[in-house]
Amino acid sequence: MVPEHPDAPAGETTALALKILVAGGFGVGKTTLVGAVSEIRPLRTEEMLSEAGRTVDDTDGVDHKVTTTVAMDFGRITIRSGLSLYLFGTPGQDRFWFLWDELAQGALGAVVLADTRRLEDCFPAVDYFEHRKIPFVVAVNCFSGARRHDARDVCRALDLDPGTPVVLCDARERASGKEVLIQLVEYAGRMHTARLLDSVG
Amino acid sequence: MTDDTTGAPREPGSQWYDHEAGPLVRPYAVTGGRTAPGPSGVRFDLIALVTLDPAAPAGDDPALGPEHRALVDLCRPETQSVAELAAGSDLPVGVVRVLLGDLLERGRVTVSRPVPPAQLPDERVLREVIAGLRAL
Ligand SMILES: Nc1nc2c(ncn2[C@@H]2O[C@H](COP(=O)(O)OP(=O)(O)OP(=O)(O)O)[C@@H](O)[C@H]2O)c(=O)[nH]1
Ligand SMILES: [Mg+2]
Repeated sequence: MVPEHPDAPAGETTALALKILVAGGFGVGKTTLVGAVSEIRPLRTEEMLSEAGRTVDDTDGVDHKVTTTVAMDFGRITIRSGLSLYLFGTPGQDRFWFLWDELAQGALGAVVLADTRRLEDCFPAVDYFEHRKIPFVVAVNCFSGARRHDARDVCRALDLDPGTPVVLCDARERASGKEVLIQLVEYAGRMHTARLLDSVG
Repeated sequence: MTDDTTGAPREPGSQWYDHEAGPLVRPYAVTGGRTAPGPSGVRFDLIALVTLDPAAPAGDDPALGPEHRALVDLCRPETQSVAELAAGSDLPVGVVRVLLGDLLERGRVTVSRPVPPAQLPDERVLREVIAGLRAL
């Protein structure tokens, strides 16, 4: 068994780590978002699936070769000593979905990035988090040239559960990325409270 | 993610030993070919926190390799998550998990399981996170 730290004598003494996932279709701005709000570091995870492929971010131009390593985005935001937020994003291609099963465990919540020009790309992510009851916000990355959709239109098009926040953002902007995360943490807090109330009621 | 223990490398026809899988096999050389941590068999979460065990026996452990030591060194300044250790050592996560299993068994480190959000003590933590994000 894992020798855990003696069960949290007091909140202060136990280091807390919270996990936030950044999901969304291929090329929607996940890496950009993680990089905007945190010091991003590449994380290698290895895959035994034969279909696990190279990441599109690979710049070595070796596209015939099937590697078994998947690069994920990883960033840390230190809130204070002993309290950190960890962000994880995986490549947007369908064949990397299996990565989420591990990542999603114990996650505080998720950001689903969407591009209104191809909204359907984020359907799988929305389904995924809805099914697992993981709180998520939809962040519409407003690429220049894309029509600025009303958040309500997006909400309707995605058929989101009522209350699921939809935020417009620019993944390149730190302030914008921060706002997305704040919305998510607030929402996760509300969901958490609601579930607690449900369980006692 | 595939579980290290299910895609057993011995499986016939597995991609594992395929020459194409070079990048995968090599990292596991530092674990002696093991792809899952030892008897403890726990799969450390990416955000599990690794701390040097203050009760660790003094002196070098000859059973530990340079990669083990690299991980220990990374933990010296402060507690590190499994993900940070992987990024910091430039080793794949699976390899880091195996090495951490060794370090755990040899009493070098302690690994704490992340607190599931559902068990957060109260909203205070989340408020702190929000305030911290605003202050970024
Ligand atoms: N104009 C504009 N470009 C953006 C924005 N966000 C990201 N980009 C660009 O879009 C491209 C893809 O962004 P990435 O962050 O790599 O997307 P990703 O989701 O990580 O992509 P994959 O990991 O391949 O799925 C990059 O060239 C970014 O510079 C944005 O808000 N506006
Ligand atoms: Mg990316």
